[in-house]
Amino acid sequence: MDIDRDLLLLMLRRMWMIRNFELKVMEVHSAGEFAGGAHPYIGEEAVAVGACAALEDTDYIAGNHRSHGHPIAKGGRVDKAMAELYGRTDGYCKGKGGSMHLADYSIGILGESGILGSSVPVAVGAALAASIKGEKFVSLAFFGDGASNQGALHESMNLASVWSLPIIFICENNQYAVTTSYAETVAVEHVSDRASAYNMPGILVDGQDAIAMYEATAAAVSRARAGDGPSLIEGLTYRFEEHSLGLGRVRRGEYRTQEEIDTWRKRDPLDILEQNIIAQGVATRKECDDINAETAEEVEKATEFARNSPFPEPSDLFDDMWADPIAFP
Amino acid sequence: MAQTVFIEAINQAIIEEMRRDENVFMMGEDIRRSVYGATANLLSEFGEKRVLDTPLSENGFFGAAIGASLVGMRPIVETLTSFMWVGMDQLISQAAKMRYMFGGQATLPVVYRASMFYGGGSAAHHSDRSYPMFMNMPGIKIIVPSNPADMKGLLKSAVRDNDPCIVFEDGTLAGMRGEVPENEDLPENELVVPFGQAQMVREGTDCTIVGVAGGVNIAASVSDQLAQEGISVEVIDPRTLVPLDKKMILSSVEKTGRLVITDPAHKVCSAASEIASIVAEEGFWSLQAPIQKVASEQVHIPYTPALEPHVYPDVEKVTAAVRRTLES
Repeated sequence: MDIDRDLLLLMLRRMWMIRNFELKVMEVHSAGEFAGGAHPYIGEEAVAVGACAALEDTDYIAGNHRSHGHPIAKGGRVDKAMAELYGRTDGYCKGKGGSMHLADYSIGILGESGILGSSVPVAVGAALAASIKGEKFVSLAFFGDGASNQGALHESMNLASVWSLPIIFICENNQYAVTTSYAETVAVEHVSDRASAYNMPGILVDGQDAIAMYEATAAAVSRARAGDGPSLIEGLTYRFEEHSLGLGRVRRGEYRTQEEIDTWRKRDPLDILEQNIIAQGVATRKECDDINAETAEEVEKATEFARNSPFPEPSDLFDDMWADPIAFP
Repeated sequence: MAQTVFIEAINQAIIEEMRRDENVFMMGEDIRRSVYGATANLLSEFGEKRVLDTPLSENGFFGAAIGASLVGMRPIVETLTSFMWVGMDQLISQAAKMRYMFGGQATLPVVYRASMFYGGGSAAHHSDRSYPMFMNMPGIKIIVPSNPADMKGLLKSAVRDNDPCIVFEDGTLAGMRGEVPENEDLPENELVVPFGQAQMVREGTDCTIVGVAGGVNIAASVSDQLAQEGISVEVIDPRTLVPLDKKMILSSVEKTGRLVITDPAHKVCSAASEIASIVAEEGFWSLQAPIQKVASEQVHIPYTPALEPHVYPDVEKVTAAVRRTLES
């Protein structure tokens, strides 16, 4: 597939944005600048960025606890995302959601869910709306190898298939549900094999290769928009860091070998995309480095923005409970 | 005024709302053939796109209704209280929490219609009266109609409301006939009952009974019987539990000094418990006798007709409770 130069550079920019965002989050979290958990997406950037590059702003996504990559990949703002992690009023959710619940309804980000698999039926519902109304938007659900064992996933894939809904199921198979290997918990060799049970295409993709993710997703999106129903895409990837920030201090016992980690770290999705871009003559080494530096600078500004944003007032506690407000008991 | 059966009132509300707004659609199990009667004639008028028979996948289609509502639809989901357990994650983790968790970005005008079949030998897996559990979870409006007119008017309000609503349809009322005003006789040409406004079912001066759902009819019967003895019992139907019209309840207790609550849910942490606690906290000095809760026993619903009736509140139990308040 011939991919537009601007789109390739946008993908590289978004991947660097995620990487630099996550590096900053790790730095400020360990410095104690905000509380709560956070789940770094480092190593998996190509999956969300490649998938979302195939979407329009009018399309919808829903995601999970490893939640910073999806909104940035869909074009979300890092300043509002960072302010949300800091629990401030300028955050995406005014500080009410935090790291695991980023959402931007202005560009189709329906929200990330801390309960795994739980946002997938919701994404199916957005696709159902497109089907009922006869509109052309599509919906895309991100979930992990762990959540692929949730009943919600199986109910969702069956529903989407019997109703031929315009949805793309993206499994980010980072191979571990916290510390448990998918090889021990998934009954098929690949999560994408599960598609056959729901009569939809199941495509296994190198999740470290953003272009491969884009191409597979673009084909699934075309299929969905044409009314031909859902697809399941498995991006095989790897979580370079621990499951969540701070987990390394509490867990006992190794679950991955150093050799395995080193092998996967050599397949850094940013290196793979940059090599491809440079080889194609789309950009020079320096231009790639500039994108890295520019996004790092933007993340730095976003962090300052977050630090300077006010905390909500105690009187804001009850705001946003109801669309049609009622008295609180 | 037309005499209308409770289940027909549901059907009228759905049809009127689907005609009014093309974003309203119905989904549920076996609704095209209207197995329970509430969705009759929908398929022929509105077609397959807006009348969806679902697989047995409550977690899946409860969530799909949420997602559709987020992007501009107004789904009505038909289910049974006892099947809601299967889809609880979607109701709690998503429907109840999304709006607040996302700082007000999400709007979810989704309605779940949950039938409560109890009292007819349906045994433990088909007899749940689960609204108190949802009262404990912020974010869901809870509707408990007790007659055909309110059933129709409250369901229409639920469809128009912009928050998630669960309408608990008391199966003991399914065949109840009641007066439902004709649309042309109403000032706005339609019946819409607002949330949070209780109804005074009987006026009285000696004791207040608050009835929940099917409990309202029991309370009204008790009031009528005791009137023959010269005991004047006021009966209040809250109609919605979230929001709750505590003002009417408190002012009634201020007048009568006595409170009985009859609630078909299990006794512990029931709607009756919450109403009792509100009156204890905010109306204590009006009380002349201890509050009496008459709710279902804290036991599962047994199948056999030899045991099942002993679980629920009935006229006898509620009458005895009123007498206890008058003895003090």
